[in-house]
Amino acid sequence: MPVDDFAQPLIQAIDCGVAFAPGSAVLEGVDLAIASGEFVSIVGPSGCGKSTFLRIVAGLVAPSSGEVLVSGSRPEKARRGAAPMAFVFQDPTLLPWRTVADNLQLPGELQSSLPRLAPPDVLALLERVGLKPDDARKRPRELSGGMRMRVSLARAMATNPKLLLLDEPFAALDDVLRQQLNEELARLWQADGWTGLFVTHNVSEAVFLSQRVLVMSSRPGRFVADVRVPFAYPRSFALRGDPEFARVTAEIGHVLREVLR
Amino acid sequence: MNRLVTRFFDTVVPPLILLIVAVGAWEAYIAWYNVKPYLLPTPRAVAMALVTKAPQLTHAVLFTGAAAGLGFLASLVVGTLVAFVFSQSRWIRAAGYPYAIFLQTVPIVAIAPLIIRWFGNGFQSVVVVAFILSLFPILANATAGLTSLNHDLADLFRLYNASRWQTLLKLRLPSAVPSIITGARTASGLAVVGAIVGEFFAGYGTKRYGLGFLMQVTIDQLQTDYLFATVMVSTLFGVGIFALVNLAGGAILQRWYDLPR
Repeated sequence: MPVDDFAQPLIQAIDCGVAFAPGSAVLEGVDLAIASGEFVSIVGPSGCGKSTFLRIVAGLVAPSSGEVLVSGSRPEKARRGAAPMAFVFQDPTLLPWRTVADNLQLPGELQSSLPRLAPPDVLALLERVGLKPDDARKRPRELSGGMRMRVSLARAMATNPKLLLLDEPFAALDDVLRQQLNEELARLWQADGWTGLFVTHNVSEAVFLSQRVLVMSSRPGRFVADVRVPFAYPRSFALRGDPEFARVTAEIGHVLREVLR
Repeated sequence: MNRLVTRFFDTVVPPLILLIVAVGAWEAYIAWYNVKPYLLPTPRAVAMALVTKAPQLTHAVLFTGAAAGLGFLASLVVGTLVAFVFSQSRWIRAAGYPYAIFLQTVPIVAIAPLIIRWFGNGFQSVVVVAFILSLFPILANATAGLTSLNHDLADLFRLYNASRWQTLLKLRLPSAVPSIITGARTASGLAVVGAIVGEFFAGYGTKRYGLGFLMQVTIDQLQTDYLFATVMVSTLFGVGIFALVNLAGGAILQRWYDLPR
């Protein structure tokens, strides 16, 4: 029902708040709407609650007040049906005792509604994230940090998610690798059309990837700015040298400074 | 090659020199003070006993080894199973753990006669003593391993709506293997000690006997050279078992886990 898609955002937060202990709110009064198919980044100072918000959207943390809806229902319900989700952590979270191929099979093993992968599917996934067919038989310890993150991305892609949540996935990687993976992630998004919600504290990464960048305040976190990023996809390395790119990045950086003051 | 030679000189030569010096001093002491053989045998007499009693010592090692091995395997299985139960609820853990500690603090010498009364005079009682003595390290380490989980991996499993059972088998148990191996290293030595102590009380007789039985008989008959030979074999046997478990554990850790040995 496409009409529904227009009427209702995929992710909707209404006056959402979280406090793990009374009197020390992590999030407060968070309102947000993200349409289906958007790529949105959240930037904010360390400890502002942006990762917590991502976990609420995933249904891993329950809000203390207000509500977050995905596809019009609670996240725990949405991820089982209307909006299959995948989550990419800062740590690649691969099971070290499994081969790369078996790691890719994990979501399908755990949740019967997700697809089981045939060997050609595994190879196709590896190719999509820039890994070689030989890598399927390797164990995580035989891979570099960047390769592990690629496997983690492939595992997320394996589930055909409608919503992809990424929690600073490239923070531990060196800058060149981070930029490469940014380009590849943008390419995957463009090809598949999932909705992306990306948490980072790196402003230029957020601008490079996203259609919108949301700025979160220090604790208790709420959204204080919503900046549209006007560049067309596919986005390439050249974009990083564009004066307009520098301007948008600086604008967001300025808001962040205000927030920290 | 060169490094191997260096390592040989660093690790094998110093204890060897100490051994030669100690044996020389021992021999000289006996000759000088004219010590009676039943008080302290000469190193040569011990060496002779090792040779002439080799068939009996071999028999005893196999017997004690079988009891220790069975006791160790039983504690590996039972310890892990009880740890499974402990890992399922904080309440069960709180209720059961104090009693598990009893296993470690109970004076085994005091309850060994009881065990023999309950299980009969023979091999089975020796297995039980070895089992009781080696159970705690496995139980404690397995419980710690099963209850301490990587948070992100736990979230990943929740995101894919994994059942309790799936999380236990596919995440908790494999994550706990390194801890179980740590426990098994300690338990293997204790199982040998337990079997020998058990044999002190459950003397089998002249056809079937272990190291503990030999120790008791040689003490009673003042065959001190034979006793020394038995103690030496027991010690070497314990080291051998420990090395074997260490090697097996190290191989598992290196093959499946990104861990040093």
